[in-house]
Formats: sequence, C-alpha cells, structure tokens
Amino acid sequence: MIIYTLSFYLFSTIAVLSALMVISSKNSVHSVLFLILSFVNAAGLFVLLGAEFLAMILLVVYVGAVAVLFLFVVMMLDINYIKLREGFLQYLPFGVLLGIVLIVELGIAFFTETFSEMSLVEYAQMPEITITENTKLLGFVLYTKYFYLFQISGIILLVAMIGSITLTLRQREISKKQIISDQNNADASKAIIKKKIKLREGI
Amino acid sequence: MSLRMQNNLLAIFMMPEITLVLLTTIILLIGLFQKKNSFSNVTNLSVIALFFVFFLIYLNREFSFASYNYFFKSSLLIQFFKSIVVLGSIASIIISKSYFEELKLSRFEIPVLISFSTLGMLILISSNDLISMYLGIELQSLTLYVVAAIKRDSIQSAESGVKYFVLGALSSGILLYGCSLIYGFTGTTNFEEIRLSLISINHLSLGIIFGLVFVLVGLAFKVSAVPFHMWTPDVYEGAPTSITAFFAIVPKVSAVAIIYRFCLEPFGNFYSEWSQIIIFLSISSMFLGAIAAIAQQSIKRLLAYSSIGHVGYILIGLASANAAGIKGVIIYMLIYVVMNIAIFSIILSLKNNNSYIEKISELSGLSKSKPIISLSIAIIMLSLAGIPPFAGFFGKFYIFIAAVEADLIFLAVLGVISSVISAYYYLRIIKVLYFDEVDDCNYQSIITSQSLVLLICAILFLSFFVFYPSVFVTIGTTISLDFFQ
Repeated sequence: MIIYTLSFYLFSTIAVLSALMVISSKNSVHSVLFLILSFVNAAGLFVLLGAEFLAMILLVVYVGAVAVLFLFVVMMLDINYIKLREGFLQYLPFGVLLGIVLIVELGIAFFTETFSEMSLVEYAQMPEITITENTKLLGFVLYTKYFYLFQISGIILLVAMIGSITLTLRQREISKKQIISDQNNADASKAIIKKKIKLREGI
Repeated sequence: MSLRMQNNLLAIFMMPEITLVLLTTIILLIGLFQKKNSFSNVTNLSVIALFFVFFLIYLNREFSFASYNYFFKSSLLIQFFKSIVVLGSIASIIISKSYFEELKLSRFEIPVLISFSTLGMLILISSNDLISMYLGIELQSLTLYVVAAIKRDSIQSAESGVKYFVLGALSSGILLYGCSLIYGFTGTTNFEEIRLSLISINHLSLGIIFGLVFVLVGLAFKVSAVPFHMWTPDVYEGAPTSITAFFAIVPKVSAVAIIYRFCLEPFGNFYSEWSQIIIFLSISSMFLGAIAAIAQQSIKRLLAYSSIGHVGYILIGLASANAAGIKGVIIYMLIYVVMNIAIFSIILSLKNNNSYIEKISELSGLSKSKPIISLSIAIIMLSLAGIPPFAGFFGKFYIFIAAVEADLIFLAVLGVISSVISAYYYLRIIKVLYFDEVDDCNYQSIITSQSLVLLICAILFLSFFVFYPSVFVTIGTTISLDFFQ
C-alpha cells in the first residue's frame, strides 16, 4: 500500500509539474517534450486505477502519434512566440479572476455537501470490478455486444479516408509513375533499335 | 452451406443498412478502377443501389440479430423517415448530375460520399442508443463536410466546408457532453432503459436536465434551428448548388426524425422539461426565417432562411407532442422534401448568359422566354409560402391543427403571423418573374430527362395535393397511432 501511495504521489507530482512547464517554458520544443512527460505520468496514474488498457492507449495514441505529430508541427512552423506572449500582461487580471473562480468552485465542491448530495449522483452505476484484465473484457464486448458500433466506426474511418483523399489528391501530369506491366513486357527487340548510319551524316 | 445458414445470410442482406454498405463499397471500387466515365457510371449505379435500399426499407423484413435491437430500432415512423431520406438522396443525385458535369466537378467520389451520408442518416434515424445516435450523426456530418468543400479551387466552397466542420464539431462536442451527463445520471445509454430509469426516478435531477438541454442544443445545430442556425446561410451559399440541394433536401429529415424520437421516446414522460426549449426554438426559427430572408439577394441564401423557417413549423408539431403533431410532421416533411426537390431541379438547370442563376434579380423576365418554367417556379413559391390550393398549405394546416389540439393556440397564431411575413419574399420572386423589366437575357434550360420527370411529378404533387390529401392523412394517422400505442 505504501508503494501504491508513493507511486501515486510520484506520478501526480511529475504530471502537474511538467504540465506547469508546458505553459511556462520559453522553448516550444521543450513544451512539447514536457507535454509528453505529462502524458506518460497520466498513463501511470491510469495503471494505478486499474485501467491498464486506457493507459496503453494513452501512450500509443497521445504520446506515440499526437505528441510526435505536434513536435513536428512545432519544429516545422516558424512561429514567433515572443509576439504571442505580448498580450500576456494585458490578459493577466482576467486570467487571475478565472483562476480564483475555479478555486472557489473546487473549494465549494470539496468542503461542502452541495454537490455530493444523494439526489445528484445516486443513480450513477459503477462498472463491475473483476479479476480479469480490462483489455480482455473490452475485447469480449467490442466484437459481440458493441459489434454494430464497432462497424459504424470503421465506416466513419473509411469515409474520413475517402474524404481526405478527395480533398487533397491532385493528379500531376509531370510526375512519372512506375508501370510494372510495361516494364515486364519490355524486351530487347523493343528497347534497342538498330540503325545504319551513313558516314559523315549522322542521324 | 446448410439451409439455416442460407436463411441467415439472406436475412442479413435484407437489412437495408448492410446492403447499402456493401453496394456503396462495390460502387467505390468500380469508380476507382474505371478509367473513363467513372462519374456518370457511379452516379447511375448509386441511384440503382439507393432504389434497392428503398425497396428493402419498404419490405421491412423483421430482423433480430444478436444485439442489434439494443442499438437499433424499427417502427413505422422510422421506416417512413428512412424512405423519405433515401428517396431524397436519389432525387438530389439525379438533379445534380448534369450540374456537376457542367462545372467539371464530375468526381466519382461525390455520389459515393452521398450514399455514405445516407447510410449515416439511416443509422441515425433508427438508432436506439445514445452511442449509435452519435455515430450516425458523425457519419452523416463527416461526409457533408467533405462534399461542402468539394470545389477545391473556390475559396467560398472551402470556407463553407471549414465553417461547417468547425461548427459541426462544436455541436457534436456539446451533444456528446450531454450524452455523457445523461449516461452518468441514468447509468445507461439505451433509449428504452433511459425511459424506464427516468420513470423510476419520477423527476429529472439537475444533471439530467443539463444533459437533455445539451443534447437538444446539439440536435438543434443539425436541424439549424435558431439560435443555432448561423452556419446555414453561409454553407448553403458557399457550397456548389447541387450540394446545397442535397443539404436542403436530406439531412434535415434525419435530424428532425431524431429530435422527435429523442424527445418523445426517452423523455416522453417529461414533456414540461423540454417543451419550453422546443417552443422557443420553434418561434425564433419561424420569425428569423421569415424576417431575415426579406433582405436576401441570393437565391441560395433565401432558400437557407426559408429552410430555417420551415424547421420552426416542423418543431411546432414536436411541441404539441400528440398524435396530430406526428401526423402533421409526416405530411409536412414529405411536402417540404418535394418542394425542395422541385425548386432545386429548376435552379440546377437554368442558365442565363451561360452561367447558372445565383441572384433573384437574374430571374427577371423569365416568364417571357420560359413560361412553363416560370409557372412552375410560381407554383413552388406559392406552395412554400403556404397559399391554399397548393400542398404547402396543407402541411402548415395539419401542424397548426396539432398545436390547437395541444392547447398551444398562441404557437399556431404566431405560426400564421410568421407565414404571412414570409409570404412577402416568396411572392417577391413571382413579382420578379412576371413584372420586372427585362434586361439582356438569354435563358437556357438544360434540364436532363430524368430530372424533368422528377420536376413534373413534384409540380403535379404540389398542385393537385388538394384532391387527395386523404391518402397522406391516412398514412400519417396510421404512423402516429403506431407511435403512441
């Protein structure tokens, strides 16, 4: 139990600190790297909650794909971040106000009974806690009970693919393509032409 | 293969959605591997496929697969809306074919995307669960975003696509948030189970009301009810006209069907909670549709505001929440779709000095050179305005009857007032057609024979509805009784 508590505080401290660094670091590449660190720690928190599938998905999708893509975008685009920060002081009072409101709301939720009344959350069900790992459980329902939804999601992805190709693909006349059948059909008789060249005339 | 397996396979292919997916995928491959005429062939094949799907919906063989009933439902109302959606898609593909070819936009992906969008609408209409509702909306909208931006070299088309995408994504987010709240407070996403759970609670807690409001806001975006209508005029104007025709004819039907089902099925016992929202949406849509359209010069923008106004009348039927309301909306929806098919088949075929007509003023003097077409436009406009012998009047009539039966007389009165205001701009088009000074004009009508047939049918339907309303009233009564049994 001590290890559990220790690892919870480790993950959550690093997650919060790296999230702070995301918005405060000067170099935007560093920001993205801290974002990745924050995601990894959030994945650790999910593992502690017993949601290891969600943790792995977070790593694969957010760290593996989204954050890396983000990193590329940040490196490719030449954004002047100093200019972006110019309005910071101007909007500071508003930001502080929002922060105070949020803290007060959280305080109300935490210290009073207003939001933990039975009437509000009485009917929410907790999912069953079982011994089997939840990847397996998801697999059981994904292809049986939720097969219909799974298929529709597949069609949505197909439509997304068709749509992005339709909107971006341009046929270029200049670009040369490899036509395999032509290459296979080529032989010496077609490729080489013998010509008799007369002396001192050329072709 | 045993007999049982054969029967199962047959039952699977008798399901309209599965057949539509398979046929559309096959058609996509045909279009991909065909070198010449791919657009024309794919268009014809899509129309045939959609007709086939329509007959499957009409046959409605009972199917109960493993757990489809949990996410998927079929009833007479759903069947009716599904058939209108499919017929509307067929009509919009037919009337837009020549326009795409003229504009050199003849890409075979367009009919394929429209078929996929139709599939999304079928899923949406027959969804029996919050998740399948959301996925249906996403499948429908994703294709619409793409086709709105299909004219890649035009800034307006790209703008309309991006605008639609951003606002659509926002509305989907709001909808999803509402769904998550409803799930959190009832513990289920299934419509029937939500209904049962709400009955056992017997009052709506704050969280469920929040969820209900968010979902209704998301759906109001999709039906473009005021105050969530802002995207409609811009998207209608920016998209190529044939795509606008599709936007005006089809997605409205599916969104209206789901907003009806969402209010009346899971939340059917909590009329007082959602009726205020629906009444507000209805009144504001009717009046904004009537007043904002007056100043419009572009035909497409005018039709956008007109469709916003029509959504207002359609929502009156929902606010009444009785059998007469369902009957009214069934008749109204049918007439609305036919009127839009008719007006867009004309707009998509009429050229002035070798360019398609976009502005109302370009119609001046059409009555001299094309008397039959201008007579048709006049009939459609009178019908849209709801002036008696034509069909549009009956749509409004049955809706107002429903409102009166539900003791919402003020709503009916406001509906009549706004329809009088909107009559101004419909009649203005007739005035431009018949009485305005003729400049240099050189009208051409390049209507294809298929869309001519559609146009003639639609005009006959609108003109002679007065002689046979009983047919449609019977259909409406049967469906509404089935819904409320």
